[in-house]
Amino acid sequence: MLYGTADFPDWGDPSSPASTHLSDYYIEKTIEDTQVPNIVTSVLADYRGFDTMFETAVIFTAGLACFLLLRDFRGKKERFYRHKPTGVILHIKDGKKILAVGKEFEHMDKDWVPSDLIIKTVCRILIPFIQIYAMYVVAHGDFSPGGGFQGGVIFGSSLILLAISYDLKTLVKRIKEKVLGIFAALGVLIYVGIAAICMPMGGNFLDYSKLAPLVPGDPHHVRALGMLGVEIGVGFAVMAVMAIIYINIVSEGRHDEGL
Amino acid sequence: MDNYPVLIVVAPLLAALFAGLAVWIEERLSYPIALTGLAISVFSAFNVLMQVITSGPIQYRMAGWAPPMGIEYRIDLLNAMVLLMVSGIGLLNLVASYKSVKQETYDRAPSFYIVYLLFMTGLLGVTATGDLFNLYVLIEITSLTSYAMVAMGDRDRGPLASLNYVFIGVIGASFYLLGVGYLYMQTGSLNMADVAIILQSHQGSSIVLTAFILCIIGLWIKMAFFPMHVWLPNAYSYSPIAFARVVAPLMTKVMVYVMIRLMITVFGLDYIFKSPFFADAVVWLASVAIIFGAVMALAQKNLKKMLTYIIVCEIGYMVGGAWMGNQLGMTGAILHILNDALMTFAMFLAVGNIVYKLKDVELSNLTGLFGKMPWTMAGFVLAAFSIIGVPPTCGFFSKWYLILGAFEKGAYHFAAALVISSLICAVLFFRVFEICFFSPPSENSGHKESHSHVAMAEAPISMLIVSGFVSLSLIVVGLYSGTIVNTIIIPFLK
Amino acid sequence: MTDLLPLIVAKYNYWLYVILMMIGLYAMIAKNNLIKKVVGMNIFQTAIILFYVSIGYKKDATIPIIQNAHGGHDAHAAVIHAIDYINPLPHVLMLTAIVVSVATFGVAMALAVRIYQRYQTLEEDELRMRLSE
Repeated sequence: MLYGTADFPDWGDPSSPASTHLSDYYIEKTIEDTQVPNIVTSVLADYRGFDTMFETAVIFTAGLACFLLLRDFRGKKERFYRHKPTGVILHIKDGKKILAVGKEFEHMDKDWVPSDLIIKTVCRILIPFIQIYAMYVVAHGDFSPGGGFQGGVIFGSSLILLAISYDLKTLVKRIKEKVLGIFAALGVLIYVGIAAICMPMGGNFLDYSKLAPLVPGDPHHVRALGMLGVEIGVGFAVMAVMAIIYINIVSEGRHDEGL
Repeated sequence: MDNYPVLIVVAPLLAALFAGLAVWIEERLSYPIALTGLAISVFSAFNVLMQVITSGPIQYRMAGWAPPMGIEYRIDLLNAMVLLMVSGIGLLNLVASYKSVKQETYDRAPSFYIVYLLFMTGLLGVTATGDLFNLYVLIEITSLTSYAMVAMGDRDRGPLASLNYVFIGVIGASFYLLGVGYLYMQTGSLNMADVAIILQSHQGSSIVLTAFILCIIGLWIKMAFFPMHVWLPNAYSYSPIAFARVVAPLMTKVMVYVMIRLMITVFGLDYIFKSPFFADAVVWLASVAIIFGAVMALAQKNLKKMLTYIIVCEIGYMVGGAWMGNQLGMTGAILHILNDALMTFAMFLAVGNIVYKLKDVELSNLTGLFGKMPWTMAGFVLAAFSIIGVPPTCGFFSKWYLILGAFEKGAYHFAAALVISSLICAVLFFRVFEICFFSPPSENSGHKESHSHVAMAEAPISMLIVSGFVSLSLIVVGLYSGTIVNTIIIPFLK
Repeated sequence: MTDLLPLIVAKYNYWLYVILMMIGLYAMIAKNNLIKKVVGMNIFQTAIILFYVSIGYKKDATIPIIQNAHGGHDAHAAVIHAIDYINPLPHVLMLTAIVVSVATFGVAMALAVRIYQRYQTLEEDELRMRLSE
């Protein structure tokens, strides 16, 4: 492999073949073609949008694979409850007996200590801001660094933060597994759907410019809008899959206790 | 309609997503959705093949961008044939595996169908695409789905076999990616046709040579060519049979297709065969692979494992044929992609039926099977004859071309390896026949008269019909192989 | 040696990636613990990402986001020089490759969890011993 490097162009050489053939076209024509100043986004979601579609499918596959490998629907044999008023901890070994969780009892993990009040409060304040920032990153991906993947990861990490600072049950109670599964499939479906609608509209697959009659506003911006739609789909899928992978791995598929 | 090329690939993907949504509403919907998706795919593939035969290669531009900028599907005769083969086998297997999926995966059947559809999407996309990087992404989809599937199979050994498969699969895919990176560095382009044009002026560059070696080694790892084959037997024999039936015939064959595509379309045969030394070394390696695969198959006690080693052996045929450097060898290799996919599929269908009934395919448990499952065994015998290469079946014809190619090049060792491995396969299968036909059923199966009238215990009718159909197609394809060579392969190679 | 040194200095990014890649490969082949192997796999993939990104670098160029483009159609007037922006294509490709490597990493982790559930160990030699029993 080192033998091959002898013929390499020097690092940062602007006249190397890699930086002259295609990239010049992208850099010079992007604004004209797509009205999107962020060239990475335009190449990602438009010129090479077909790659990105499958990339999203890869993400979906990964989430599905984790679910498939780890998800365990059997209930656990042992359960721990805390009696709130007294602080007494009950250890129930019979898997069938389930105490009603409510005012008197709460679930407890075997070897997990509830986080500090400070951590909980700080995270509670932080999480909404992280989520808004994530949405900004998705929405502004056309103009500044960012996009569906980055935004989706940030949103997903806010969910993981919730699980770490409180506990996994809080997260699973807030966002049901079903919702996550639907989001993951729906996100990819938004992408493929936008791409597929272009076919009956008379264009090739993914040809956003043919969507112009469907979208109000300046027809020049239709490619940018198509990209935005696609990025939102990607964001959904990435967010859901991050959470699915995290939940399944930390709880070994049982969705009850974990980090 | 002009959108058939993309529909082949996108229909299964859309079906997978709809099935993913339907799982949460009504689980039973996922199977019909999967069937519809693959049926659309087969239909489009058939149309594309007809179109290509009548009016030449099709180019389909994604998002309407001209080729080097955007991604392009370029479908010529070779693609179209492999596409139809892949989607057809995918659909037939789906029809056949309804019952066995239920039996093997319990409550996870809907997820199984989704993963299966994604796997088919990946394979079809790999075959259809005309872009080097797109190929990498799709290879990764097929690999990820197969990791998941392998782990779903055998409860004890599946995950470990799968993790080893992950490591080796990642090395293979990364080598390929690195090779593409080198090519990109030299040419600045990722479109296969565009790269090929630019490469003509860079024949002597060491970057191109490194790129070529990296790509080919990556693909060899993925297709389990002889020294890199270690992952294959474990991974394939521990996966659920409904998946093994489709991954065994298709995955390796599609990778061989990719290798041939890179050799012919991207680097060009003149470049590869400029120095005879490299090609000779590969043909020698292929000969070793053939003998090794056959001998290892002989040593196995489990029917599934035995068949996986035969796959290693068959890969040797195709790689050797492709590197022969003459038209006969290449014809043989391409014809063998089709034939081997069909016969491995027929073989695994029969094995699938046996697994469905017996749960276990240790050779010693197969006694008396001809009496118990006559139709399944008929399919098994046909597939076995085809693998051995008995004349009216299709296996004979591709081997014939390969041997002719070997003689033309003077690679007598390859021809000898072919003949020897066929003989070993004959010994191997006749041993299986002997166990299944002559040995009395094992004692634990019940009462004394069982030897004379064994109760028929056939697999479900859907599995039998598919098995019969595919086995008969072996003979039909064999009889028409002249037509296939003349209308598809020879025009392609011209 | 005198030839080699300037060669290395001018192309140190490529040397670095090869070294990183070899570290990853070594971890994947030689380590006994499965998690260490998975980490090695990740290093291996990251090395390739480094390689691609360094292809795209140009001296004295900025990130590939066109400036002053908010003005709508006036922006057409401003001439865009390709030499001022680094090559966007490798970045796009690597975004894909990163996603793929994360997905693979997730699946590998899930598999490791499954193996641990079944055998209570992640050391390869112990696993082999268990399997041969």
